[in-house]
Amino acid sequence: MATASVASHSDAAHDHHDHEHHDNFITKYIFSTDHKMIGKQFLVTGIFWAIIGGLLSLIFRLQLGFPDMDLEWLRPILGGWITPDGKLDPEFYLALVTMHGTIMVFFVLTAGLSGTFSNFLIPLQIGARDMASGFMNMLSYWFFFVSGVIMFISLFIETGPAGGGWVVYPPLSALEQAIPGSGLGMTLWLVSMTFFIASSLLGGINYITTVINLRTKGMSFSRLPLTIWAFFLTAVIGLLSFPVLFSAALLLVFDRSFGTSFYLADIYIGGEALPNTGGSPVLYQHLFWFLGHPEVYIVLLPALGITSEVIATNSRKPIFGYKAMIISMLGITILSFVVWAHHMFVSGMNPFLGSIFMFLTLIIAIPSAVKVFNYLTTLWRGNLIFTPGMLFSIGLVSFFISGGLTGIFLGNSAIDIQLHDTYFVVAHFHLVMGSASFFGLMAGVYHWFPKMFGRMMDARLGYIHFWATFIGVYLVFFPMHYIGIAGFPRRYYSWTGFEFSNMYTDLNMFVSVAAILTFGAQLIFLFNFFYSMYRGRVASLNPWRSTTLEWTTPLHPQHGNWPGEIPAVYRWPYDYSKPGAAEDFIPQTVPLSATPESNLPHEQELVKLEKEIIAEEEAVLVANESSKS
Amino acid sequence: MYGFLIAVGVLLLMSIIWMVYRIQTLVSVVKGSDKKIASGSNKINALMFVLFLVGATILMFWYSIKEFDNYQLPIASEHGEVTDRLFWITMAVTGVVFLITHVLLFWFPYKYQYDEKRKAAFYPDNNKLEVIWTIVPAIALTVLVIGGWKAWSDITAPAPENSHVVEILGYQFAWEVRYPGMDNTLGEHDYRLTSATNVSGVDFTDKNSLDDFTSPVVVIPKGEPVLFKIRARDVLHSVFAPHMRLKMDAVPGMPTRFWFTATKTTDEMRRETGNDEFVYEIACTEICGRGHNAMRKEIRVVEPEEFRKWMADQKPYIVNNPALVSDLPEELKELAEITISEYK
Repeated sequence: MATASVASHSDAAHDHHDHEHHDNFITKYIFSTDHKMIGKQFLVTGIFWAIIGGLLSLIFRLQLGFPDMDLEWLRPILGGWITPDGKLDPEFYLALVTMHGTIMVFFVLTAGLSGTFSNFLIPLQIGARDMASGFMNMLSYWFFFVSGVIMFISLFIETGPAGGGWVVYPPLSALEQAIPGSGLGMTLWLVSMTFFIASSLLGGINYITTVINLRTKGMSFSRLPLTIWAFFLTAVIGLLSFPVLFSAALLLVFDRSFGTSFYLADIYIGGEALPNTGGSPVLYQHLFWFLGHPEVYIVLLPALGITSEVIATNSRKPIFGYKAMIISMLGITILSFVVWAHHMFVSGMNPFLGSIFMFLTLIIAIPSAVKVFNYLTTLWRGNLIFTPGMLFSIGLVSFFISGGLTGIFLGNSAIDIQLHDTYFVVAHFHLVMGSASFFGLMAGVYHWFPKMFGRMMDARLGYIHFWATFIGVYLVFFPMHYIGIAGFPRRYYSWTGFEFSNMYTDLNMFVSVAAILTFGAQLIFLFNFFYSMYRGRVASLNPWRSTTLEWTTPLHPQHGNWPGEIPAVYRWPYDYSKPGAAEDFIPQTVPLSATPESNLPHEQELVKLEKEIIAEEEAVLVANESSKS
Repeated sequence: MYGFLIAVGVLLLMSIIWMVYRIQTLVSVVKGSDKKIASGSNKINALMFVLFLVGATILMFWYSIKEFDNYQLPIASEHGEVTDRLFWITMAVTGVVFLITHVLLFWFPYKYQYDEKRKAAFYPDNNKLEVIWTIVPAIALTVLVIGGWKAWSDITAPAPENSHVVEILGYQFAWEVRYPGMDNTLGEHDYRLTSATNVSGVDFTDKNSLDDFTSPVVVIPKGEPVLFKIRARDVLHSVFAPHMRLKMDAVPGMPTRFWFTATKTTDEMRRETGNDEFVYEIACTEICGRGHNAMRKEIRVVEPEEFRKWMADQKPYIVNNPALVSDLPEELKELAEITISEYK
């Protein structure tokens, strides 16, 4: 029965292809419903936002590293935000920090990473013609685009963009009197995020549906590449947590505009006592972090999935502990929902809650540790090829370790008392979430560029890009641990007002210089990316000699991905260097019956079953053919 | 002119890089090295990982040792000793893991770099290994958590009865300190009573508030428990006293608290650090607007006798500003006037 339906499904696709509609420019490049084009749209938009987010961080790094510098030369861009004596306005500094965080977390690492690769890879790797709903997928991108336009506009308004930190805690974000960014800038932030949440939900529903329903024949869940597992679980997390952010934002809108008191109580500001009573700013923090913490895994899991795939391929070795990897990702998914309050140990919430969340938080370190050990064991006795994608994956594992270990300090509420909201936290999440996810994004781009554009990126430029970025990231974020232990608070315009923090000007200068150089190194990537898109060497069909399905498509797959039938899958995706096999990889589409020399004992058992299925399928095909004629 | 020259220089440099790039691409095409599975760069990349490992390790140890006294702030509270010990125990445990995993992560690429004569080991799983490295971190983490949990429970336990109460109110952009006076009980407050002369919104119809006083510096005794009652009146703030290892958010509408015992007076710390200017400070660590980085308050830790003497010398709000009690009901006003006359 199942085989019949699959066969007829692919027949229908055949018919579809016979009278292929011709795309014009608008339907092909702009309002495309092809998941591959939508993935590329997310990628290019993500790159645009990464540049903006990076530039914003350079401006505030200039302030932190060179507080005495005359920034008059920025006046043509920043206008009134440069004070008459050539300094950065402190309120604009806070707005920069806020926008840098918002842009990087949501627009670059959520949309740019998950949006790009979930869209691009899910249908290609599970063997589907497209997403379950191409139209919803298109909407997902355009909601994201609108969200970006609104956020971009907010950068240029007179009162400045939102300035209450990327977490936009009320009452600061609710009261225009408290900071000018909480006026129109904050309104635009909320509107933009609403569109963004809609985009994420449309995308997430699609990813989940597609993975569950549209897998090709033979592609059971236990044969899914780890990338797909990661994207699938990411979408589940997003679907469950983004609506909570929406409700948090909605209540904030009510407080801001309609006089309610969800988050506001007993406030005296600007010379007047506000009428609001009974609200709780801590409520907002609970709601925000109920998304905010899973969000960390929304940006991290896809990167880990990509890394698993790239490391296995370029180690020419199966990923070690495929099942353990899935279980640990499942564990992370579930636990990610019950650790949010570790961001709030000193928020004034009941200390008993702090104890509970400390236990839960440190449990989540275990699956993370398992993942690291599995990566290491995958490298062990491999035959490693250092493609740029592989380099970035190894870099990711390094950041994941460095940033993950500092999480053990911060998850411990007693130690967190001192470290909370210091640069130690900044160092921690920039390594484990920011840089690790960014490296996953880069690994993915280098690895799947040939599939996206049919051309290769230049490997040497990739090596230079990797080493400059890898060393650069450590030079930027490692020193922050020291100033964090020394107690330097986050989101400070300047530290010279305090005795205890009136030092490390040299280290801050060093960090700023490293940040500028690291950002500069990204220009190498930008050049490589856009140049290779048009002038790169034409790629071979399977340049990394990989086993997964996307490499069985033509060099430039059309809408529908495979010109003929969708290939069936007969094995898991990690048959690398199998003993007895001639090549060091066996694609998923090669039946076990075709490789008796390399089959493991339990696989030999499956051969008989497989032969039966193939025979049955052929009978159905023959029957269909004869009924047609 | 300089701008123009720099622009020309940058253009020249970029065109040279461009030419080098094109030449090396063409050379690699001619040599056919782009057809190979792993080119000569593979060896260089493998070597780079080892160099990075060695270089970064040396740099890390050198800087961590050299700067230790700078980033390790002296500790001045009882619980600070505990949390710092936990910090350094965690540092030791994670440090070992950090080093071992990184040695493996960077050494494997060198050791197992591509060799076409070799085939990678087909090693898809090993349940025993998986179980071991699930359980070992679990045990290590449990030990760390239990240490943290004990410390956390002690720190957040109710303050001892005899604690000296100090109210700290955060507002844009300063801290207002209020002492309960001799009765060690703070008077009621109501944010609607806030004014330029009544920063904390003290309710003077409450008898307990008549002896409340403010101070430009937080003065506390050494060796006796002190309870900070923390409030905010506009947006979130956070009281952070780095040497006391103390941090607690100040939340509008929800009073918070943190109690601790200082272990060294300011003078002792000055001698110990050899810095005559040394002061304990309070900073704000929750973003609160333009002046977030300027919410400084000094803490002065003194010997208990000196503290008592200082307390006795302080004048209540109503003594410094009798207008605060001018419109109180008759009987309270009388009481207030008695208080005022006592302090005169």
